[in-house]
Amino acid sequence: MTLFLQSTIEGLSLGAVYSLVAIGLVIIYKATDVLSFAHPAIAVVGAGLISYLAVERGVSFWIAFPVALLLIGFLGLILERTFLRPMVGKPVFSVAILTIGIDILLRVPLNNWIGINPKFMGDPFSTYGNFGSFTINEITIKYLELGALVTAVISITFLSIFFKRSRYGLAMLATSFDQEASLAQGINVGRIFGMVWFIGAILGALSGFFFTGGFNTLTQASFVTALRALPAVVIGGLDSFAGAVVGSLIIGLTQGYIAYYQIPLESFLGIEFGSGFSLLAPYLIMFVVLIIRPDGLFGKEEVERV
Amino acid sequence: MLSVKNLEVVYQDVILVLRGISFELNTGDIVSLLGSNGSGKTTALRAITGLLDVQNGDITKGSIHLDDNDITNAKPSDIVNLGIAQVLEGRRIFSELSVIENLKIGGFTSSSNTNKNTERVFELFPILKERSKKIAGYLSGGEQQMLAIGRALMSNPKYLLLDEPSLGLAPKLVDQIADLILEINSQGVSVLLVEQNANMALKISNHGYIMETGNIVMDNDSNKLLEDQDVKEFYLGINPEGNDRKSFRDVKHYKRKKRWLS
Repeated sequence: MTLFLQSTIEGLSLGAVYSLVAIGLVIIYKATDVLSFAHPAIAVVGAGLISYLAVERGVSFWIAFPVALLLIGFLGLILERTFLRPMVGKPVFSVAILTIGIDILLRVPLNNWIGINPKFMGDPFSTYGNFGSFTINEITIKYLELGALVTAVISITFLSIFFKRSRYGLAMLATSFDQEASLAQGINVGRIFGMVWFIGAILGALSGFFFTGGFNTLTQASFVTALRALPAVVIGGLDSFAGAVVGSLIIGLTQGYIAYYQIPLESFLGIEFGSGFSLLAPYLIMFVVLIIRPDGLFGKEEVERV
Repeated sequence: MLSVKNLEVVYQDVILVLRGISFELNTGDIVSLLGSNGSGKTTALRAITGLLDVQNGDITKGSIHLDDNDITNAKPSDIVNLGIAQVLEGRRIFSELSVIENLKIGGFTSSSNTNKNTERVFELFPILKERSKKIAGYLSGGEQQMLAIGRALMSNPKYLLLDEPSLGLAPKLVDQIADLILEINSQGVSVLLVEQNANMALKISNHGYIMETGNIVMDNDSNKLLEDQDVKEFYLGINPEGNDRKSFRDVKHYKRKKRWLS
C-alpha cells in the first residue's frame, strides 16, 4: 500500500509538471491553430533563465524566479510577433515546421551555455537527505513535487475562471472558434495571439522549473522531459483544455507506476522490458489511444443542432 | 454619414471584384444593397469593416469615409470602436458558447456598458433572454440570426451592416426579422442591408442600390425601385400583366456584358 501511494504521488506530480506544458500547447493550438513544437524548448529556456539569474548572477531565488517567468513570457510574445504572425493563413504544415526551426534556434544557444555540467536552479529545496522532503506514514513527499501539484492546480483553476469570466478570456475562446467572426466583433486577434503565447510560455517555464529544480538539475537532456507533454496532449485531444490535464495525468501516473512496479510486472509476465521502459510507456499509450480514438480522448465535439 | 467612393477591391492580386462602386448611408436611414450571388455585396461590407485582409483582398482604389474620418484600410477593432458593426453572412455565432457568452463577446469593445446593452438586446429579442444559458449552437435558425444581430448590437453601433439576415429563414420569420430591423432603426441605428430577398429589403429601406458583377447598375428610392419594371421582373419575379415573355434586350436599359458560358 505504501508503495502504491508513493508511486501515485510521484506520478501525480509528474502529471502536474506535464500538464503545465500541455495546457500551454493546447491554448496556443486552440487560439492560433499552431501545434508549437518549440514549446518544450521554451520550458527549458525558462529553467535556464532562472538558473542564470539565481546562480550565475547571484540574484535571490525569490526575485529571479518571477523575473525569469516574465522574461520568458516576453520571449513568447517576441517569437509570436516575429516568426508566427507573418505565417497567419499559411498552411499548417509549414507553420509546424517553422516551430521546429524555433525549437532549434532556442536550444542550440541554451545547450552551448549548459555545456557538460548540470545547472542548478538555486532554489531552496535542493538539499540532500530529508531536507527537501517530508514523510507521512512512510510516504516521502518532496517539496518540489508538492509545489508542482499546487502550482498546476492553481494555474488550471485560474485559467478556467479566466476563460469563462474575463473579457479577454472570452475573446480568446471566440478567436479559437472563428477568427473572422471575432474580428467582426472588434476583437484585436493579433493581440490575442500575443497574449496566448505570453501565457503559454510562462506556463512552460513554470513546468521547466519543476522538472529541473532541486537535484533534477538542468542538463542538455532535460528537454526530453518537456517533450513528453506532446503525447499527453495527443492522448487528451489537441483542442481540449481538460484533455490536456487528463492526458498529462495518464502519462505521469503510468510513468510513476512503471518506475515502481516494473520488476514485479516483468517477473509476472516473464518478459524483460529493459531499463528506461517507463520513458517509453507514454508513447505506447499514445499509440493505443490514437488507434482507438484518432482525435484523442477529449477531441473536438462539434456542437450541432439536430 | 457613411460614404463609399469609387471603391475598387482586388482579391489575391488578380481577381477584380468591385469595379469602383459608390454609395452612401445617411444617418438614420435604412439602405439596401441588392444583387445576385457574386456581385460583390459581401465584399463591399468586408471593405467597410476591414475584414478583407483575412480573405487576401486589397482596396486598390477609392475611399471609405465615416462622417469626416477616412476609414479606408482601418483595423477591424478600430472600426467597431467608431460605431460600425457587421452581422456576418451565415450568422457565424460562436456555437459552442452560451447565448450570454456570445453577447459578452459582442460587447468586447464597450465592456463598461455590457449590462445596459444586454438589457437592450433582451428587450428587442425576449427569446434570447429565455435561452440565455443555452449553448448557442442548439438554437433554431431564426434564434441564431437574432443572436447574431444582438451580438452586433452589443457594441452599441451607430451603423449596423446586415449581410443577408433572411438567409435560410421561413417567410414568417423573415417578416419578423424585417420588423426587428425597423425597430432597431427607430432606436437611431442606421442600417445597411445586404439582401437577396429584394421584396423584404425594398419594403423596409429608404433607398436601394442594385449591384451586378462589381458595379452599381441602378440606385433610387426604394418605393421607386419597387415600381421599376426591370426590378419587378428580375428581383421580385413579377411579370408585367398581360404581356407574353419578353426578350432580355427589351427590358434591360443599362449595359449588360455578354456572357459566353451561360
